Amino acid sequence: MTTADAWSETPATALLVLSDGSVIEGQGLGATGQAVGEICFNTAMTGYQEILTDPSYSGQIITFTFPHIGNVGTNDEDIETVNMAADSGIRGVVLAAAITDPANYRAAKHLDAWLKSRNLIGISGIDTRALTALIRENGVPNGVIAHSPDGNFDIDALKTAAKNWPGLVGMDLAKDASTSQSHQWHQTTWKWDEGFGEAQGGKFKVVAIDYGIKRNILRLLTDAGCDVTVLPATATAEDVLAHAPDGVFLSNGPGDPAATGDYAVPMIRKIVDAGVPTFGICLGHQMLALALGGKTLKMHQGHHGANHPVFDHTTGKVEITSMNHGFAVDADSLPDNVQQTHVSLFDGSNCGLAMKDKPVFSVQYHPEASPGPRDSHYLFKRFTDLMESAKSAA
Amino acid sequence: MPKRTDISSILIIGAGPIVIGQACEFDYSGTQACKALREEGYRIILVNSNPATIMTDPDLADATYIEPITPELVAKIIEKERPDALLPTMGGQTALNCALDLEQMGVLEKYGVEMIGARADVIEKAEDREKFRAAMDVIGLENPRAAIASSPAIHDENGRIVGYDRNAGYLEAMRAIDEIGLPAIIRPAFTLGGTGGGVAYNREEYETIVRSGIDASPVGQVLIDESLLGWKEYEMEVVRDKADNCIIICSIENVDPMGVHTGDSITVAPALTLTDKEYQIMRDASIAVLREIGVETGGSNVQFAVNPDNGRLVVIEMNPRVSRSSALASKATGFPIAKIAAKLAVGYTLDELENDITGGATPASFEPTIDYVVTKIPRFAFEKFPGSEATLTTAMKSVGEVMAIGRTFNESLQKALRGLETGLNGLDETDIPGLDQGDDRNALRAAVSTPTPTRLLNVAQAMRLGMSVEEIYQASGINTWFLEQIEAILEMEAKVRKLGLPKDAVNLRKLKAMGFSDARLASLADLDATDVAKLRKELDVHPVYKRIDTCAAEFASPTAYMYSTYEAPFMGKPACEANPSDRKKVVILGGGPNRIGQGIEFDYCCCHAAFALEDAGYETIMVNCNPETVSTDYDTSDRLYFEPLTPEDVLEIMLKEQENGTLHGVIVQFGGQTPLKLAQALVKAGVPILGTSPDMIDLAEDRDRFQKLLIKLDLKQPENGIAYSVEQGRLIAGQLGLPLVVRPSYVLGGRAMQIIRDEEALNSYLLGTLPELVPAEVRAKYPNDKTGQINTVLGTNPLLFDRYLDGAIEVDVDALCDGKDVFVCGIMEHIEEAGIHSGDSACSLPPFSLGEDMLEELKRQTKALALALEVGGLMNVQYAIKNGEIFVLEVNPRASRTVPFVAKTIGVPVAKIASRIMAGESLASFGLSEKKLDHIAVKEAVFPFARFPGVDTILGPEMRSTGEVMGLDTAFGKAFAKSQIGSGTGVPDKGTVFVSMRDEDKAGVIDAVRSLEAGGFTIIATGGTQKFLEEKGIAVKKINKVLEGRPHIVDAIKNGEVQLVFNTTEGAQAISDSRSMRRAALLNKVPYYTTLAGSVAAAKGIAAHKAGSLEVRPLQSYFG
Repeated sequence: MTTADAWSETPATALLVLSDGSVIEGQGLGATGQAVGEICFNTAMTGYQEILTDPSYSGQIITFTFPHIGNVGTNDEDIETVNMAADSGIRGVVLAAAITDPANYRAAKHLDAWLKSRNLIGISGIDTRALTALIRENGVPNGVIAHSPDGNFDIDALKTAAKNWPGLVGMDLAKDASTSQSHQWHQTTWKWDEGFGEAQGGKFKVVAIDYGIKRNILRLLTDAGCDVTVLPATATAEDVLAHAPDGVFLSNGPGDPAATGDYAVPMIRKIVDAGVPTFGICLGHQMLALALGGKTLKMHQGHHGANHPVFDHTTGKVEITSMNHGFAVDADSLPDNVQQTHVSLFDGSNCGLAMKDKPVFSVQYHPEASPGPRDSHYLFKRFTDLMESAKSAA
Repeated sequence: MPKRTDISSILIIGAGPIVIGQACEFDYSGTQACKALREEGYRIILVNSNPATIMTDPDLADATYIEPITPELVAKIIEKERPDALLPTMGGQTALNCALDLEQMGVLEKYGVEMIGARADVIEKAEDREKFRAAMDVIGLENPRAAIASSPAIHDENGRIVGYDRNAGYLEAMRAIDEIGLPAIIRPAFTLGGTGGGVAYNREEYETIVRSGIDASPVGQVLIDESLLGWKEYEMEVVRDKADNCIIICSIENVDPMGVHTGDSITVAPALTLTDKEYQIMRDASIAVLREIGVETGGSNVQFAVNPDNGRLVVIEMNPRVSRSSALASKATGFPIAKIAAKLAVGYTLDELENDITGGATPASFEPTIDYVVTKIPRFAFEKFPGSEATLTTAMKSVGEVMAIGRTFNESLQKALRGLETGLNGLDETDIPGLDQGDDRNALRAAVSTPTPTRLLNVAQAMRLGMSVEEIYQASGINTWFLEQIEAILEMEAKVRKLGLPKDAVNLRKLKAMGFSDARLASLADLDATDVAKLRKELDVHPVYKRIDTCAAEFASPTAYMYSTYEAPFMGKPACEANPSDRKKVVILGGGPNRIGQGIEFDYCCCHAAFALEDAGYETIMVNCNPETVSTDYDTSDRLYFEPLTPEDVLEIMLKEQENGTLHGVIVQFGGQTPLKLAQALVKAGVPILGTSPDMIDLAEDRDRFQKLLIKLDLKQPENGIAYSVEQGRLIAGQLGLPLVVRPSYVLGGRAMQIIRDEEALNSYLLGTLPELVPAEVRAKYPNDKTGQINTVLGTNPLLFDRYLDGAIEVDVDALCDGKDVFVCGIMEHIEEAGIHSGDSACSLPPFSLGEDMLEELKRQTKALALALEVGGLMNVQYAIKNGEIFVLEVNPRASRTVPFVAKTIGVPVAKIASRIMAGESLASFGLSEKKLDHIAVKEAVFPFARFPGVDTILGPEMRSTGEVMGLDTAFGKAFAKSQIGSGTGVPDKGTVFVSMRDEDKAGVIDAVRSLEAGGFTIIATGGTQKFLEEKGIAVKKINKVLEGRPHIVDAIKNGEVQLVFNTTEGAQAISDSRSMRRAALLNKVPYYTTLAGSVAAAKGIAAHKAGSLEVRPLQSYFG
């Protein structure tokens, strides 16, 4: 055991500076430097690596409400980012306790080292509960996270940067998170003692539009018998239809659906009009709603966690879901031919829709889980069932 | 889907007496169930033999039966009350087993009673090892390699099961071992807390454990498992509704790996070493288990083992009911599992129910998420059972537990350690046996690899002595994550030792945030705890309070369920969520973890204080750290601080609460010794104490001061002396003469209290028993001077010697007093004579043998004492009566163990009235008057001897019972019979009684034996007693004592030839000679009485039982 010679007054090596000018001091983790983003919180107690690699968090600084993060280290299997070439979408991570050494047979790397390698800035020693309460009361703030091992910061500059950041409203981030080239996907989901599998030549030809798609969505589609082609966010309806798909999948992704909708909505409308079975998740859900004539709105504090109850009007059952969204579909804005299928039991916000007259549906939450409960995997089956019926009708 | 309207009345079965494996948690769940279903408008019928429970308070159910929980008597309740439904999932294994029996007897079908919550087939599928394994195969979940050895049932001519061929079961088990391999884990089916099970490392152990397991299982069945020693162990608490909505309330990870019963393991919530992929597999598996087993509604827990090297997951078992773990999970998350489970049982779905803690802002259909770490540490009582080995196995042995909440594991661990009240301030230094004997490495390895109550301290000590995390992991199987956190604590300790305390707020706060108590920091820095507190005050380093809200602050919580932590300033100052109100408030200090001598009775009193003072308009604030209790339910009081009961933790709460409103005062006399020990610190801090002043409490405990008071009041006490050293002890023993009762001052539950009958016993007490009581720090100060160590302790905590009044009648009196008037609530006559600890003695209210004059005199003396001690609230006095003379043995100006028993017997809410008196109301305002009772109540104690192999069961002045039952009826015999049935002793109605009495008891037993003879019993006796009884004209067969050759009495007991034992002994030799007989009686479940009075009472009970079958009557009907 080593002990220093004196109680030193360790300076703050990291800061969280909010757009209102408040400064919260802590200890730095991961990469050094500074980054600006929207500060949200996530209440999940497991799955931090999946969260930190979920492209939907682009532009956000994630506060973990659970104090111990890093216990199980990191590994290559729990990465959710498909397009590893793109920048890490997330801007930073806020923790209560310092990162401990990992203790899990799957751990390959310490979280701190991994954050460094991903060029992610972290801060620990923060009362994350107080920060969460602040977000709950005032809504999501913008802020700058900065890490400087010598404790020197230009606080005024950080304040200015935090204040000047325009925020996520109106921001199209999907383009950056998306793949730039189309590719095929063959990997299936992880099984204990086997890892990931491979599957070729699925029954249903599915085109998945990548707005920042998570790997587990593609794996579950593959598991469900889909032969998946991934297309970039900017793909046109013609690009999509050229693949003669049995179904189209609209992925999750970061940013303001209205902004991304500028180019995505016209495409989606055409696909829907063409009668192709369509399934959307999260951003895909929001943009589908826009395409069908609905509206989206920015939420007060968003939903980020793995314990959110959703009521399925079609089955009368409750599923516990993984959620990650700061924008939502305004249920009142949905046209008559669209029904609200799922609703959040926390705040009544819209969580799913389906067209009454077309094989088109989507959900706001994350049925692919990873991290989180897998109660909603059935939706992938719902998608293949729609494709099956469409095929047999044809 | 709203609640069911096709049922209108529901029978709830409680868990009976507190025993190891089944404690207050079932009062908590039962109380929640009663409240939840009553508020839905159902008529509630409740049966529980345990009077110390809140659930048996007459206003919690429409009909409360304090009756033995046997299928025969519950059948009578059903016949009388005709409930529409039976809820069997709230009363632990006792209730499940009783419900299954009722189903098998056809009672439920006959009266059209529907089992709700769990049906019989579901219970069987979950509990029957074979069916459970088959079910797991169906859903593709792995079980450990295992075999089941069942004893074939033996049927009578009507096809009814009359027994099991246990020998055949044993032979089957012996055949199974080749397939399973050693080490193997053996678990008996249908037992609670795994009684009779264990881990076998060799064939010999295997034979022994299999035998005891088959004997312990009511159906003669054991499960033999592949040993998963060293695997990680987890529990998942699952709730399911009838629409098949399933939620996980909490995951729990055991710090102690597989091999230690989960009730005896240190556990944390949530699970801390699983990746999301592993966690979700476990989550899916636990839900699949509930579905396959068929638990349609309610809570269950599923246990898993995970191989740390490759993540292989196997299912261990599941409980289709609320459990100890679900109580823990409820307290850990704020999600009231029992309450919700009760509502689901009557047809609600989760989404129709509110999450109370967020004030209904969210529904109950979600999974709690927490932003802190919860640690539970069990508390043991091995020191009460000399001869038992203090190692932990798969059979549960702990008697209580402490839970602590901190923002980090380190903080919660250190809070839990000091909350245990075993003298620890944190990871205190400890002596590792076998060091400096040439093989330190092995001594260290042994100390960390053997699971014991203090293993974690050994782990820390081994680390201090240089053992690495990896080495300790290899030896102990404790996950490296936990070990590294401990290492981090020790690094900080080393730093404080080297540098002293930091002089800045940032570093001091960091230390406190790791959970270090002031006392621990003081001992590391060689200061006094008050110095540390002073430094904290100077630097303004105080804890903040955070709320337990089920949602990690995602939603605002109006519920003031709080824990302390140390946080860095957030935008100016540390963020505190306590928000003390501006009301007039009373703080109630609870009793901490259950232990022998301090259990549910005190929690009952604390809850009553909360209820009464809320009624009186005060804001009530509870402080406690026992997750099993009703007092730590967030809706028992207005505000709940889940905190250790140490001066530091409690004083910080006082500071916080005094920031707003008026602190009217603190109640310290309801939680047993725990809060009393805090009284001085509170007084010193200027906090008002309600009721009897701490000075008077001290007077009653201080031998000298108390003696002066008795002289002044002209009351007698047994001749006595006080010794501040070993030498003085010998001197006083010489002066008073033997036999003597000896005990250290300031003890509860008679710790280390003994009757000394000869010189040898005196020596062994002074030099054998006392050294065990020496705290580690004193031992460290005088390492090689045993007498010096003892004398240091005696200097401040002297030994009290009392003349032992042989054969005296002992009486307990509980009284209320407001300083002006006194109301004697109850005079309880002990069945066992003076010298047996009052907590272990059966007693009768009203007395069964004392005359009016004697009762009046007892009242007069009690009143005199209460007024002299200026009692405000409750007082308990213990008297001994010998030859018509009354001796005062002890006065406790506080709530006693008997308060709930008295309250239920006389129909007066004694603890509630006491609370209001303490808060300032007059006794007269309650208009109490003495009423003659038309009924009689007998309290009987329940003992955990069966769990401690090799321990003598003879009763003495040291308390060893874990719980109690009440037998209530119109005559003594019947009430006594009920108390015996309720306590599990049983009342035989035919067969053979073995009688062996010491000389002075022989005459006293004649009538009892005659009555048994008249009742058709065969009498057998050893030589002396046989001769004596024959002379009195009773036909008695002689049987050999153990030392007289075979076949002897132990053989007869083992062969099932004896149905009842009366045996009194005197002198060390006779006691030791008859020990194997008592042990055999215990293991063969033969009722045995080791006192004359007990034997006489038993004969009366048997006669009453035979005279007519026992009837059941609700408590409410006794007070029409």
